Amino acid sequence: MTRTGAWVSAVIVAAAVVLPGLLIAVTGGSPAAALRALIQGSLGDATAVSQTLLYAAPLLLVAVGACCSARSGAFNIGQEGQVLIGALAGAAAGLRLAVPGPALLVVVLLAAALAAGAWAWLSALMNRLRGVDIAVSTLLMTFLAQQVVAFAVTTPWLLQESRLGAAAALPQSNKLPSRALLGSLGDHPGLQLNLGLAVGIVVAVLVAVALDRTRWGFRLTMAGLNPAAARHAGISVTAVGGIALTVSGALAGLAGAVLLTSPLSTNRLQPDISINIGWDGLLVALVARNRPLLAIPIAGLFAVLRAGGNFLAATGVPPYLVDVVKALLTLAFVAPAVLRRRSVIA
Amino acid sequence: MSTVAADLETILSSGIRLAAPLAFAACGEYVAERAGTLNVSVEAMMLGAAFGSIAVAGLTGSATAGLLAGVLLGALVGSVHGALSHRWHVNTFVVGLVLNALVLGLTSYLVTVGDLGRHQVAQVSVPGLRDLPVLGAPLFVERWPVYLLLALVPLTWWLVERSRWGLELRAAGENPEAADMTGIRVNLRRRQALLWCGALAGLGGAYLAVGEVGSFNQNMTAGRGYLVIAAVIFGGWRLGRTLVGCAVFGLADALRLALPALGHTVNSQLLISAPYLLALLAMLLFTTRQRRPGALAQPFRRAS
Repeated sequence: MTRTGAWVSAVIVAAAVVLPGLLIAVTGGSPAAALRALIQGSLGDATAVSQTLLYAAPLLLVAVGACCSARSGAFNIGQEGQVLIGALAGAAAGLRLAVPGPALLVVVLLAAALAAGAWAWLSALMNRLRGVDIAVSTLLMTFLAQQVVAFAVTTPWLLQESRLGAAAALPQSNKLPSRALLGSLGDHPGLQLNLGLAVGIVVAVLVAVALDRTRWGFRLTMAGLNPAAARHAGISVTAVGGIALTVSGALAGLAGAVLLTSPLSTNRLQPDISINIGWDGLLVALVARNRPLLAIPIAGLFAVLRAGGNFLAATGVPPYLVDVVKALLTLAFVAPAVLRRRSVIA
Repeated sequence: MSTVAADLETILSSGIRLAAPLAFAACGEYVAERAGTLNVSVEAMMLGAAFGSIAVAGLTGSATAGLLAGVLLGALVGSVHGALSHRWHVNTFVVGLVLNALVLGLTSYLVTVGDLGRHQVAQVSVPGLRDLPVLGAPLFVERWPVYLLLALVPLTWWLVERSRWGLELRAAGENPEAADMTGIRVNLRRRQALLWCGALAGLGGAYLAVGEVGSFNQNMTAGRGYLVIAAVIFGGWRLGRTLVGCAVFGLADALRLALPALGHTVNSQLLISAPYLLALLAMLLFTTRQRRPGALAQPFRRAS
């Protein structure tokens, strides 16, 4: 890291802390009280911690996928759409397939990962056939995904909820059966450890090992760092990137299924079920510099900001400042990364 | 007037109002992309400018001052993007998404804690022409900034296609190594292109706020910046076709809003996704007829 880089980061981190406080003070609030509320709402008691850990799971899954694609050089920024497609496929599988018992949950998770992986693979295909930029196509397809989900939940013969009596059907699906939902791990007084977090951590460890300890991971990293050298060494850079992109989409889709089947949602498919987890997960990966294991604590930090931000809103401070903090933190961590020569996604 | 003509007039009016902010910003984004930078931050430029224009109009009491402030704020976002991605070489998509999140967070907070009020620039109504059937009201009764397009579109074309600056800019977008070899400062040209993009996207956002709506509400641009990027892609990196794209997207939106009221059923999801579908199809089908800059979205750093 160069000295200028360190300075730039330090200034931006300072801004991330000072600017929101200043804004709260100027508009007549108390920065100290807001900070207390932020911590109280995310780490204050067992319920708050449970909520934070719930958010951490999908954030981590998206981030781990983003690490894969960014490292391979196939830069995916359409996670928000892939999360939605995952939730859509998960809901369709959970509501339509007659799978007995808790196996339904496994089917829901698999369907979500497969569908979102295929959705992301379309971008790899367009890149291969016509040289369409992957970042551009994944971004544009996010807006398509939003409309696909909106269509599915407003169309009675697709996934819109069945009408009950005279009440008009809302733009949402039916509730998933309880055997398709992610349960709590063990019974702790007050503390809820959702199965989703376990899924996230296992995936993060597996992907970290795959990236750092296998030939596949070596090829992928090489394709990202120096495509020309990788090609010379006989690696098909487009194929490696395509696989990384598909894995990245599949993990974002898994995050969508976790959102759908955990207490974070009403367990119905709704147009806003992704609650910006895709965008935030991408930021987590950027702050973690594309390292899946580092993404675990960073996802925790972003989850703290999210759960705390929700609590903040209850105390009368608009929660949007949390987004400002997240954006500035990300900026602080990407700015010096590229001042070093070996950055992957410069 | 027959009802069909009246309906057509309504749809056309609303189509032009929906397309105009896109057209301003597209003139800017077109220049940025020809220079080889792909800035998703056009959304942040428009949103920041929309907020700034209403805020400054409130402070100064002049909606025109607000419009100007919007231009400056857009350019400020452009210069931040330029510094980060063409001085410090941070990935341009990352910078864009982060700036979008930053501006959305800041403006959402500020609009919730303060009351900005209503401010709107004057309406122009061209005598004689406004009485034309069907086309009269949509084209000749408008808030005045929309007519700036008549000057800005040719100016943008001339700058890019006919000026020396534009030539260097296109070289920076097409083949930065060769441009650098001939003494063109590639990253400087890209930063300048982003300033132009910011100013025009800012004008688009400010026009939306102090021109059409007269107030600011949370996330009021609602993804229009992404639509602008889709328009430039749909236009195959040619200014004329890009503006046709803006018109088509504006009309699609107008149809979505108007048709249900006229008793027709429309698939609103299809109309909302049409711009993105068209942009993707254009990239897939017309690759050979496009002027895609050779080094689009690729950072330039001299090998040392």
